Amino acid sequence: MRVQRFWSIIALIFGFTYFALPLIGTLEFSLRARRGVYSLDAYRSVLSDPQFRETFSYSIVMAIFTIFVGALIVVPTAYWVRLKLPRLRPVVEFITLLPLVIPPIVIVFGYIRLYNTSSFLPMTGSVTGTNILLMLGYTTLSLPYMYRAVDTGLRTLDVATLTEAAQSLGAGWTTIIARLILPNVLVAVLSGAFITFAIVIGEFVLASLLNRPAFGPYMQLVGANKAYEPAALAVIAFSITWICMGLIQLVTRFSKHTKAQR
Amino acid sequence: MAFLNIEHLEKFFGTNRVVKDFNLAIEQGEFVSLLGPSGCGKTTVLRMVAGFETTSSGAITIDGQDVTHLRPNQRNIGMVFQSYALFPNLTVAQNVGFGMRVAGHPKSEIKARVDEMLRLIGLPKLGNRYPFQLSGGQQQRVALARALAVQPRVLLLDEPLSALDAKIRVSLREEIREIQRELGITTIFVTHDQEEALSMSDRVVVMNGGVAEQTGAPFEIYNHPTTRFVAQFVGTLNTLSATVIDAKTGQVAVGETPIALNRPLPGAEVGGAINLALRPEVVSLGRKEGRDTILAGRLAEVHFLGSTIRMRVDVGGTLISLDTFNTPDTPPPRIGEAVELSLAERDLLVLTD
Repeated sequence: MRVQRFWSIIALIFGFTYFALPLIGTLEFSLRARRGVYSLDAYRSVLSDPQFRETFSYSIVMAIFTIFVGALIVVPTAYWVRLKLPRLRPVVEFITLLPLVIPPIVIVFGYIRLYNTSSFLPMTGSVTGTNILLMLGYTTLSLPYMYRAVDTGLRTLDVATLTEAAQSLGAGWTTIIARLILPNVLVAVLSGAFITFAIVIGEFVLASLLNRPAFGPYMQLVGANKAYEPAALAVIAFSITWICMGLIQLVTRFSKHTKAQR
Repeated sequence: MAFLNIEHLEKFFGTNRVVKDFNLAIEQGEFVSLLGPSGCGKTTVLRMVAGFETTSSGAITIDGQDVTHLRPNQRNIGMVFQSYALFPNLTVAQNVGFGMRVAGHPKSEIKARVDEMLRLIGLPKLGNRYPFQLSGGQQQRVALARALAVQPRVLLLDEPLSALDAKIRVSLREEIREIQRELGITTIFVTHDQEEALSMSDRVVVMNGGVAEQTGAPFEIYNHPTTRFVAQFVGTLNTLSATVIDAKTGQVAVGETPIALNRPLPGAEVGGAINLALRPEVVSLGRKEGRDTILAGRLAEVHFLGSTIRMRVDVGGTLISLDTFNTPDTPPPRIGEAVELSLAERDLLVLTD
């Protein structure tokens, strides 16, 4: 028993060192912009850069739209598959997993080829069109996480009986999805939303090749030209991700009805 | 014309015919139970009435309106499910008021109706609780209130007591029946529990293999089953094989013992076999006045059930069950002891298949 405990502690220390050491190194390096003393100069430089603010706000807006569109596609789909097409579940799961297998560069080249200015739908010909294309690309990238989160949320519900109960009370499909299904999988949707947020904030390939002023390409640009600022940016990006994870935990914990017997 | 009419209802799942030419007419305010084993089609019939399953053929009319092809949310039918199906994100009051809210009733009206319903089910102070904060019995009461709040034309109960423990099941079934009588709502109750069906219903439909085997009042179903299945499914039953001696006068023989049924046996042939059935409670241990048929056997099993004792006696290779009241002064005979059973001819039921 004692031996087992010893090895558990060793494994824990190893894991912690493996993950934490590079982060501690990055954090420490980001604080060394001023010679001889620790300072927040790199952070100050990053935060005062107007390009940082622009790209960061752009990515936040894109993330919000991505989450909205993703939820709009995924919640009804996952609900319908569970309710009416359970035999298609493996197929739909496979489709939602494709973005993990197909690299974003393939997706973006596909987009550019299909929606260029000489195509039947010249979306890349305008800023709005390209923004929509980028947002749809982000939605695709976040699909595996969003679908899984929502599907897991739906698994905790007796979707069929709740639907029938609502129907017997006179509710139509829109009411059922908006007033019953969505509120009951809201925690799951939010989990998917925060992961989506983290993906959009850090994404480089789609934004870069579609030439949009997102946070990912900005990080790459700073990394190529400056010394301490990229480390500061990395710490900021990590912090955002962790805050998102923390929010998932908080939302889950404080949701009023999640303890319901279903 | 009855209030709820089900005519020639059929349902196929692929090539499997699960409901076969089902007919039922229910009067307004009547409480009818569909009783049968798992897979007999009772829930499918209920779901077709609710609109959750389409019919393969046949028609369903409620109050003169053909609802066969209406969507579930257009039928104005209240339904209570085995798993309660309360909306977990809504409070008790919101659950009860859901149907009225969907229908667009004013808030004040919804509140008044919700209060009325919560009083009716005896939970007037639990409106602000969430379903997970209630016991199973309370959740099912709320589900009943929710179904009744929209003032449905018909109330459908799909095994609503099956998920509850024995004591609550008994008390809730009495409450449901009381509420149903008070509101005078036409109700179809699906169950596989014969005690529930017999104790609650105005009429019982016993189903088997997608067919309504017998429809009648509980007393009639229990005491005069018309088929072997109904006789065996409703209550405990002893079945005896008898040889016909005289079909006109109803003379038969069970083993070596001649029995005069004193009623004609239409369709029976002399020397042919018929099936007789006997409820355990009509068989007496030992000789009793007015019970002239005596069967001799050996006690094979004794089951002590508290207020009653069930015994099984081997009569010429056939086991016959009988129930006696538990009287502390008279312990039951020992297993293997020779005993006599007495019964009255009129209690012997002649079964048709």
